[in-house]
Formats: sequence, C-alpha cells, structure tokens
Amino acid sequence: MAILIDENTRVLVQGITGREGRVRTKLMKEYGTCLVGGVTPGRGGEEVEGVPVFDSVEEAIETQGPVDVSVIFVPASLVKEAALEGLAAGIKMCVLIPDRVPIYDLLEILEMAASKRAHCLGPNTLGLVSPGKALVGMIGGRAERARQWFRSGPVGVCSRSGGMTSAISYYLTEAGLGQSSIVHVGGDAVVGLGHPEIVAIFENDPQTEIITLFGEIGTTQEERVADLVKQGKITKPIVAYLGGKAAKSGTRFSHAGAIIEGGRGSYETKKRCLEEAGVKVVDSIFDFPREVKKRLKTI
Amino acid sequence: MFEYQAKKLLKEQGIKIPRGEVAHSPEEVYQIAVQLNRPVVLKAQVWLTGRAEKGGILFASSPEEAKQKAQELFGRKIGKFTVEEVLVEEKLAIAHEYFAGLVIDDHVKKPVIVFSSVGGTGIEELAQKDPAKVLRLTVSLSQGIKEFEMRNLLRRRGFQGKLLAQLSATLTKLYTLARQLEARSLEVNPLVLTESGDLIAADCHLAVDDYAVFRHPELPIEVAREFDRPPTPLEKIAYHVEKRDYRGTFYFLQMAEDVSPEDKMIGFHGAGGGGSMMSMDAVLAQGFKLANYCDTSGNPPASKVYRAARIILSQPYLKGYFASGSGAASQEQYHSARGLVKAFLEENLAIPAVIRLGGNYENLAVQILHTYLSRVKGVVEGYGHADSAEYCAQRLAELVEENGFLSHQVSPLVYPDFSRFSYRFSTMTGEVLVDHQACARCQTKGCIKACLAGILTLDQDGRPVLNISPAEAQRGKCTECLACELFCKFHEQEAIYIYLPIPGLEEYRRQIIAFQTRPKGGKN
Repeated sequence: MAILIDENTRVLVQGITGREGRVRTKLMKEYGTCLVGGVTPGRGGEEVEGVPVFDSVEEAIETQGPVDVSVIFVPASLVKEAALEGLAAGIKMCVLIPDRVPIYDLLEILEMAASKRAHCLGPNTLGLVSPGKALVGMIGGRAERARQWFRSGPVGVCSRSGGMTSAISYYLTEAGLGQSSIVHVGGDAVVGLGHPEIVAIFENDPQTEIITLFGEIGTTQEERVADLVKQGKITKPIVAYLGGKAAKSGTRFSHAGAIIEGGRGSYETKKRCLEEAGVKVVDSIFDFPREVKKRLKTI
Repeated sequence: MFEYQAKKLLKEQGIKIPRGEVAHSPEEVYQIAVQLNRPVVLKAQVWLTGRAEKGGILFASSPEEAKQKAQELFGRKIGKFTVEEVLVEEKLAIAHEYFAGLVIDDHVKKPVIVFSSVGGTGIEELAQKDPAKVLRLTVSLSQGIKEFEMRNLLRRRGFQGKLLAQLSATLTKLYTLARQLEARSLEVNPLVLTESGDLIAADCHLAVDDYAVFRHPELPIEVAREFDRPPTPLEKIAYHVEKRDYRGTFYFLQMAEDVSPEDKMIGFHGAGGGGSMMSMDAVLAQGFKLANYCDTSGNPPASKVYRAARIILSQPYLKGYFASGSGAASQEQYHSARGLVKAFLEENLAIPAVIRLGGNYENLAVQILHTYLSRVKGVVEGYGHADSAEYCAQRLAELVEENGFLSHQVSPLVYPDFSRFSYRFSTMTGEVLVDHQACARCQTKGCIKACLAGILTLDQDGRPVLNISPAEAQRGKCTECLACELFCKFHEQEAIYIYLPIPGLEEYRRQIIAFQTRPKGGKN
C-alpha cells in the first residue's frame, strides 16, 4: 500500500509538450509511472517519450480509457483552464505543479474540485512519490536519483517545502528508513491537500507506521494537524520540524487575517499546539532518522 | 499601495470616502484645507498600522493650523518611513465605528467577509474574546454574494433601516472590489457612521495577490512582491533582474533596518523556501543578524546566482556570507558554485563565506569553490548534503571570529578593459567577450570542452567562436554557465570575460560607499 498513487494509478500529463512537461514525462516514465497520455491543445497526434498526445482531456479519456490523476505543467496563468478541464472530465485528482498561480484561480479550481469530490495537490508542488511504485511531478529530478533517494518503507513524509521533501526522505533512506509515500503539499498560502488532509490519509494507510512533517510558519495547517491528534483522529506517531523560527513576527499584515487565524500561524503557536498534542518537534532535520527510529521501536 | 490609492478604488466602486486630496507640501495642504472649508485631518501616507500612536495623524481646525502642522509632518520619520505625501481629508463627525474586511481563509479555501460592530484598534483581541461580536461570511466564488443575502444576515444581527441598507451595500461592494482586483486582503477600519447618518470608509488597506498583478496593469504597483512596506532601492534592482530573466527564481528582501559597523550582520543566500528558512534559523541561532533574505532556486543559471551574490554584497558591514539550501537539491549545484566564484572574485571578497551546496553534483560544486577561491582574502568553505545547516552556521561563526569581525566594504563595480576583446556575442542577459589575441597563446583550448551547452568551436586560427548563430546564442542556447570564463581565467590566458550588467547597481553602490565612509558610529 501507499497513499494517493501506486503502480496501478493511470496518469495524464497536461502541458506535455512544454519544456517542463517533456523533461518530467521522461522522469515519470523511467520511474515506472503508468502514463496513459498527454494533452496539449493543437498538438494532438504527436508523441512525447512514447506517450501519445491529445488535443483535450476528454479525447484522451475516450481513446485511452479512465484517468486517475492529471499532472499539470502549463504556465501559471493557464492552470485554471487546465485544471477545470481535467476536473470536468471526471478526473478525481489534479496535481498542480506551477508556482505563482493566482489565488482566485486556485479558489475556483478548489471549489470545482470539492463539488466533484475530487482532490488537488499544490499548486507550487514538486509532486509526490510512492517509492518503487509511481512518481508524479518532478520530485527527484531524474529517475535514477529518485530510485536511489527514495526507498519503500514505513515512514510517511509530508512537507510544505519541495527541497526539504527530498532532503528528509533522503536522510531517512540513508538511515535505512524507507517511505510509504512522499508528498510535497506545496508552498502557497492556500493549497488543495494540506498537512491535515495528507496526515489523515496516512492514518488509514496500512503501510505507514509513522509520519514525518516539515511545517512552516503561516497558514493554520500544523495547528489543524495538532487538533486532529488531540481529537484522537490520528493515532500514528508524528515527528515534525518547523521552519521559520527566525522570521520576524509582529508585522501584522492584516487584521482580518489575524481574526481568521485566531492567533494561529506563528512558530510559537505551531510548536506549542503540536507538542501539546504529543507530536515530537525536532530542532534539526538531521534529528528525523533518530527520532523516527525511536518511535518505530516503541510501537 | 497607499491609503489614498486604495480609497480611490473604493470610490470608483461606489463606496463613500471622506472628501479630500493628497498633498506633497505644506502649501498644498493649505490649499486643500481652504477648499474643504472645514476642520481637517492630516494623514501621513506610510505603510504602517497604528499611525495615530506614532504621530502620523494630526487634526487642524483651520487652513493655517493645517499648514503649520503639515510642516511638522513632511520629512518626518515614522517608523522607517519618511513622510512625503499627506492625505488631507474632512474631519468626520463620528457617531460609530465599524470594521469591515475581506480575507482568504486557508482552511475553508474561500474568501471570508469579516464585519464587526466595533471598529478601530484592538479588533483581533475582541474577535478572540467575544467571537459573537464578529460576523464572518464565507463566500462561494461561483455564487458570489448578493446584496439581499447580506441584508438578511445583517438584519438578523439587529440592524435596520437606512444603516442596514448602507451596510449591506457597502459590504457587497467590498467583496465585488476584492474579487475584481484579486485582493488577498481588503480592509476598511474604521468604517464610520457619521452623525448625519452616512457610512464612510475612513481608512483602507488593500493587498492585491502578487501572482495576479500581471493581470492588473491599471493598479499602481511597481514591484509585485508581498511587502509590508515600499521596496528598498536595492530590492527594486533585484526585482528587475528577476523580471528580465525567467530562468529559475530570484527573490531578494532586505531585513535589517538600521545597520552599524558593530552589528554581527551576514549576507544570506538561500536556495528553496524551506531550506532557506531552516538555514536562516541556523545562522540566527549563532547570534548573527540577517542583512537580507535571498532565494535562488528552481534551477537558475549561474549568471542569476552571480547577480544575486553581487546584490547581496552591495550591503555594507557584512561580517560573513552564508549560502545554504535544502541539502538535497535536484538542480545542478555547479551552476551556483560558478556564479558565486565569479562574484566573489570580482568582489575580491575579504569576509569569510560558508557555502552549503548539497544536491546533484555537489562534489564537483564544492571542488569548484575550493579550487577557484583559494586566492581570495576571505576564507571560503564549501559543504555538501552530509553537513547540516547548523554545523555550517557554526563554521561561519568561527571563521568570522578568526577574521576579527572584519566588515565587508562595498566597492565600486570594476570591469576589465573592454577594448581588448575583439570577439563578442550576446547572451540572454549579457555578453561574452573574447580576447582573440590572447587566445593565440592558448595551449589547451579548454574553453571548448568546458562549454556545457557545446556552442563553441575553434576557427581556422584556433580561436573560440560560436558554432551556432548569434541570434540562437542570445535566445538562450548560451546558458550563461560561466564555465568557459572560469576555465580560461585559471588554466589559460584570461581571454574570456562574461559581462553581466545589473542595471542601477553601480549608482546604488556609489551611494552606499558614501554612506560607509561617514564618520564612525553614524546610524542610518
């Protein structure tokens, strides 16, 4: 088992003929991801890395059969159109790779996804990998390195930083600790699947025995994870690192924002909430392997 | 965006604002006050909340008094801002103050309208203490908000009559405006009910989504970055570097407000948000102050890293340079290494630098740093993924101490004599210059092999020339990897120089140099 994707997940690449689309198609294909097709309007009939290209998502599904996940590599300003097309065609999960997606575009996408009972990962995400099974996005850079860095095992990895997603997984692998799935939730202020949602999915995954979290200041994601633990909805141990201890607090940008966050969002509140819930918060990402090992033994 | 600019947008949407205008001098303040012909309020236009307590808001009952008070206000420092513009408005006869705003909730992933029957300062505390006093309305983007819905909601809260009608219209218009401008937040605090029964937006704060600014050329936004203050001159220079070059990301933010020679200040150069944040935490734990935050990531070319380093090193009094990312970056680390080498050499760096380049090809990257920077005055140490950010920060602290806390001196940008370069071609953001006369003495012709893009070949006289068209080189076939220049500089005739201009930086450095040479102990 793993979460969200595995060797049977049928993946479509939207924006497959672009610079990023081509390079990452090669990565995903070489890793062993089941790529059923790609879409670039006006480029139907071509092939990228042996993957057939279609003019629309609908056409791709008609020709190739059902699609589980669409991964989107179009420019930020076109993400809304691409994601809405994928969702309208009935795809239940979209991975939005680009960064700088306008926030109202994202809100529209997420509203549509919610109405279709679909999920979005991202935007501004490197994607996700279930080691040995499938990789969606650009994580790892090259298939050979992704295989070397990420190994299958009991640790679920969830991170708000792309670079740190790879780094944590790599240090775990080096310490002999494999991963069930590795998810970069994306770095933006609003994301589709965030820490709380991913942690809840890990909770239900038989392969995952322990969860590592790379959190950051801003948003209420980490506090909401703490809430889930306190409510008993998460029973698997969690080890977390929080970035941004040093960031200047006190520059109150918006009163309304502060009202909504209700005093959440800072390093201190995140650390306090997580620790109160019994989550181990480490001071250095180099502490992850040691703390994970400790807790794996005590299960 | 300033208060008066945001208010103008409110007015266009049909929300009432106080009568008034912006003045740039006490004389203009006088003229506006005469026109208004009633008591006025003078509001310094600075990006700060809590202006009133800081003396940024003054009242005057006559034009003469307004002029006199304006003389105190112009040129004064409020926080770190100098007052250059003053908004002169009619003084409102306040019967009641409300708070109205819109923000995006990361949990429900929708815009939320926030309205409180108590306005003014301390609104957050009220919301926590007495949440019932604060009305929140989550808006569906596809449905939008209808005025009648707003009216029903407010009616249930006990509002009625003309006030109810005005409030529901205003809140609906606020949402419409926020949606139209793609605002991450829009606030009116206070929203004033006057004694004559009018609802007027007395203050306004608007933050437009910087990812959407490109769609709003109508807005007066110079630098699309989420600053809580106007960008500094150096940030503007950095922003224009980024704007001209879409390859990779370069983000630069100055963090220190007052710098003095005594500060344990460092220049910070991260790669990737999460890794940068972790690395900043590590250097701050060593007792350093950060002059800036900088992030070059997303596989930037060496030229962009070079420019970032030169911009960072345009800040005075740095005691050290710290570059560190996630530790397992997927981008090729030798690009960053070459960019830093070129910058440090041209800078003739005298302060220590610790560079943590964990990731793809990190060994080669570290080797490039150590080989090519062994001759600069400041000690440069390179590390890979196996060394933690904490350890690297500790090394920097030790090196800075060994260096006697020597301050970095900003120096003028120095270029070689361009006239000796007889062969040249343009790249995407610069120019490659080759001294073909010097090439005649070259034994190895190593630049051809060094060129990662493989766009150089030897002409019949054994000198490097393009093997593609100059137009192709300029479109990006030359990746500005800087490998040819560094090879030639260290192993051959120093015949190649890559000119990578940074518009505005020469002039900026002149000002910093003048500032540096002021008598000791001077504060910014």
